[in-house]
Amino acid sequence: MRFMMIMYPGAKGEGAALPDPKAMARMMKYNEELTKAGVVLALDGLQPTAKGARVRFRAGKPTVTDGPFTEAKEIVGGYWMLQVKSKEEAVEWARRCPGADDEMIELRQVFEMSDFTNAPPEVAAAAAAIGEKIGRS
Amino acid sequence: MVRDVGLAEEIAQDALVTALERWPESGVPDNPGAWLMTTAKRRAIDELRRGKLLDRKHEEIAREIEWAQTVDMAEQGSAMDDDVGDDLLRLVFTACHPVLSGDARAALTLRVLGGLTTEEIARAFLVPEPTMAQRIVRAKRTLAEARVPFEVPRGAELALRLSSVLEVIYLIFNEGYAATAGDDWMRPTLCEEALRLGRVVAELAPTETEVHGLVALMEIQASRSNARVDPSGAPILLMDQDRARWDQLLIRRGLAALDRAERLGGMRGPYVLQAVIASCHATARTPDATDWPRIAALYDALSEVTPSPVIELNRAVAVSMAFGPAAGLEIVDALGAEPTLASYHLLPSVRGDLLTKLGRFEEACAELERAASLTRNARERALLLDRAAALGCERPATWRS
Repeated sequence: MRFMMIMYPGAKGEGAALPDPKAMARMMKYNEELTKAGVVLALDGLQPTAKGARVRFRAGKPTVTDGPFTEAKEIVGGYWMLQVKSKEEAVEWARRCPGADDEMIELRQVFEMSDFTNAPPEVAAAAAAIGEKIGRS
Repeated sequence: MVRDVGLAEEIAQDALVTALERWPESGVPDNPGAWLMTTAKRRAIDELRRGKLLDRKHEEIAREIEWAQTVDMAEQGSAMDDDVGDDLLRLVFTACHPVLSGDARAALTLRVLGGLTTEEIARAFLVPEPTMAQRIVRAKRTLAEARVPFEVPRGAELALRLSSVLEVIYLIFNEGYAATAGDDWMRPTLCEEALRLGRVVAELAPTETEVHGLVALMEIQASRSNARVDPSGAPILLMDQDRARWDQLLIRRGLAALDRAERLGGMRGPYVLQAVIASCHATARTPDATDWPRIAALYDALSEVTPSPVIELNRAVAVSMAFGPAAGLEIVDALGAEPTLASYHLLPSVRGDLLTKLGRFEEACAELERAASLTRNARERALLLDRAAALGCERPATWRS
């Protein structure tokens, strides 16, 4: 099964100067361990919200707001996509992340097509159709 | 850690016995105390997981200990990491030792490295649990009796034994990818296990091009998992698959692994070549965009590196797509007398397909019927019978619906 680990850097927000090299080294080592264990499928760091945008919806109308965004709690710093045998295994990996104070990782299981194969045929077909439309397998 | 003192002693004793069996061959490890502790701890964790102490709390303790142990090792610096990595590599080579049969190697590898329970492995390989348990016990005994050293082989032996490791991993992958018996076409867990093992070995032996080749091949094949079976469980051939369902993340990983292999240079081995072929399909946006001449050339190269009737058959398909069915049929006809393909359903299946394209329908019917009678996979049989029905073949009494 796949789990997404979403990193929330927390209170320190985006005002921080260049990341502490020791912290970076620890994170690189962690990522190496994930790679050596064959469990990480993908990982990415996200650039500051100043380079991004938000799109909100009301009555079918989208509204675009350019960053930066200041609500520190909501800001996602990066993610990992893991291939693991259980939620417990994913949790174990998250625990081993060299997180700093206030950093939080949220773990979310990824929907996969096999989640739908035991459903009634109509549901499975509908799920497949949705997957097809957004180009997801 | 293990509440039951008797069990703890048993486990420690077990570790010591293992040491006594192995050390005469492999030599006493640099840090015998640590080796014993590690082995004993791993066994203890194993026992706990197997539920001898059914308490859930013990599971948690086991996990904490295991991670604490790993953290300890991490804190002791990279030297320890190397030891763990080396131990893992030794374990891989030992479990895949050629003195064991292919089945035994796969079972032992999954048990020892894959962390699957015996029951899970039994289910995956469609055998009863006691059979699988026996297989694993016998495998360990065979290794002990053959006095197989707990080591990574050196020099020329390394290349040979590495191919055994890759073979085992790919066997596991294939078992999950296409069942040869029973009605279910896929057992995805084995594919994931094989992929993970492949990725681990790739990190342990990063200069071996064929390891990256195998990983690339498995990533790309796995990328098609969700497109290979329709909602009712019937198989869909590659050329008929909805490519929007191909997992682009896995394709990207496969191409990256292939890139690592190619950058290491050297002659392309069989896994690398098969991975390049897979990448040709993976990067074709539509079936029509497939670069068949390139694939045919790759099969030429592959048949030189590892000549085999099955590869020749695949080459025939590629040639037929690149240069027309008659060209492909020439190659297939040459395989007619091949004894190893006598019961291989894909030979008449391919021949049937080529004859159909040449308008030789009566002969095609005979081939499709023969193919259907040879396959042990019920869904595959249904697919072949459908093709025959589409041709308007007469249904002999032997066909089952």
